[in-house]
Amino acid sequence: MIELLWPALLAGSGIALVAGPLGSLMVWRRMAYFGDTMAHSGLLGVTLAVVLNLNLTAGIALVTTALALLLFTLQRQRRLPADTLLGIMSHGSLAIGMLVLAFSPTVRMDLSGLLFGDLLAVNGSDVVVVWVIVALALPVIGFAWRPLLAATVNEDLARAEGIATDWLRVLYLVLIALVIAVAMKIVGILLITALMIIPAAAARWLARTPEQMAIGASVLGLIAVWFGLAASWFANAPSGPTIVVAAVVAFMLTLGLSRLPRQN
Amino acid sequence: MSQPSSRLIEGRQLGVRLGGKTIISGVDIRIDAGQIVTLIGPNGAGKSTLIKALLGVHKITDGEFYAKPNLSVGYMPQRVPIDDSLPLAVHRLMTLTHRARRDEVLAALALTEVAHLIDRPVQQLSGGEFQRVMLARALLKQPDLLVLDEPVQGVDFSGEVALYKLIQRLRDERGYAVLMVSHDLHLVMAATDEVLCLNGHLCCSGTPESITQEPTFTSLFGPHQADALAFYSHHHDHEHDLAHQGGHSHD
Repeated sequence: MIELLWPALLAGSGIALVAGPLGSLMVWRRMAYFGDTMAHSGLLGVTLAVVLNLNLTAGIALVTTALALLLFTLQRQRRLPADTLLGIMSHGSLAIGMLVLAFSPTVRMDLSGLLFGDLLAVNGSDVVVVWVIVALALPVIGFAWRPLLAATVNEDLARAEGIATDWLRVLYLVLIALVIAVAMKIVGILLITALMIIPAAAARWLARTPEQMAIGASVLGLIAVWFGLAASWFANAPSGPTIVVAAVVAFMLTLGLSRLPRQN
Repeated sequence: MSQPSSRLIEGRQLGVRLGGKTIISGVDIRIDAGQIVTLIGPNGAGKSTLIKALLGVHKITDGEFYAKPNLSVGYMPQRVPIDDSLPLAVHRLMTLTHRARRDEVLAALALTEVAHLIDRPVQQLSGGEFQRVMLARALLKQPDLLVLDEPVQGVDFSGEVALYKLIQRLRDERGYAVLMVSHDLHLVMAATDEVLCLNGHLCCSGTPESITQEPTFTSLFGPHQADALAFYSHHHDHEHDLAHQGGHSHD
C-alpha cells in the first residue's frame, strides 16, 4: 500500500527543492500575488490542454507564462494599479477555467483534486517530468543567482552595471510557470504559491545571507512535503492542505527558534 | 594626475522618451576626467532620467552620444529601498555585481569612513550610513566616473556637508570625475566645476558663478536662491567654516 505514496513523495521533494530559491526571490520581490495569479491561470491551462489534447504540464506552463507576459505588457499603462490588474487576471482566468471545465463534456476531472491537490493522481511519468525540470532548473538558478539577486536589490543599479534584467525577468517567470505546472497535481492550483512563500518566510527567521534563506527554504519545503504527504496518507486528507499546514507549523517553529535567547 | 581635456562622456541634443512621453530633449552634456558636474533642476525635470540614459538604463532616443571606450562608472541611484525580507549584509551589497576581496571592500568602505559596518545587515543602517556605503560601493571598482543621484538624501545637515566635502576630496585626491544630481544648491555650488540646469531641456549651464547671473536660472529658482548661491560661491572661506562646524557637531 505504502508504495502508492512514493510517486507523490518523489515529485513533491523535487518541487520543494526548486521552490526554495524561487520562493525566496518571490518574497524579496514582493511577487506573492503575482505568483498566485499565475497559478490560478493554471486551471485554464489544464482545461485547454485536455480540450486540445496537449500534454498537461506543457499546457499549464504555456498558459501561465503567456499570462505573466501579458501582465508585464499591461503594467506599462498607469491608469490601473498592478494589484488591481492582478486581481482581474487571477479571478478572471480562474473563472474562465472553471467554466470551460464545466461545459466541456469530454473533460472529466476531479475539480477538488485540481484545486487542492491529490497525491494519488501523481504517477511515475509525473515523477520523471518533475525531476527533468528540477535537473534543468536548479543549474539555471545557480548560474543566474548572482544577477537575479542584483536585479532584486535594485533593477536600475543592476542594469547600469551591465545585467540584462529584462531577460532575467522572463527567465524567472518561465521557471515559476514550470514549477506551477508540475506542482499542481500535488498541492493544487490554489495552494502552489504557499509552497513557495511559506518555507521561504520560515527560513527568513534564521537566515543571515540570501543563500542561507534560499537553501533553508528548500530544506523546510522538503520537510513540509514529507510530513504533509504522510499526514495526508494516514488521515486520508487532501495533500495540498496538509503540506501547507506542515509548512505553517515549520514557520511557527522557526519563528519560535529565532526568538530563543542566544547564549553568547 | 587627471587630464582636464580628456573627454569621458559627451552627448549632443540628447532626448529620452519613455512610454511615448518626452521626458528630456535637446540636452548637451560633456564630462571630462577629474571634473565635477552638478545637475540641478526642479522635481520632475528629468534629472534622474538623464543620468539613467547616460548609464544605459534608459534608451537614448535622440541625439548623439559618446562614451570613452571601457569607461568604468560607479553609480549610486537616488533610492535603493531594500526589502526587510532580504537578509543582506553590507559586504554582499557591495559585491552584488562586482566581485572583490574582503580587503578591497574594506578599503572602499574606509574611504567613506564606514569600514566598521562591513558585516552589518543593510536594514540596520541609518540614512547617512547607507548613503556612505552606497558611495563606497560606487568607488569599489575604481571608476573613471562617479554618477551620484542625490547622494545626500536622508542625511542630516551636518552629514550632508561632510558628504559633499568627501566627494570633493575624492575628486581632488583620486581624480575621479563626478556627475551628481542635487537639490541642495547652496551646499553643492562651492564644490562643483560646472552646473547644468535642467527642466525637460537644458535651461542654462556654466560655472556656479556665471550661472547665477542667468535670467533662466533666476526664473527657475527665484531671485532669493540665486542670491544665496552667489553669496556662497563668492565666499568660499565662509563655506569652509560652515562645513568645519558641521563635521564637529556630528561626531
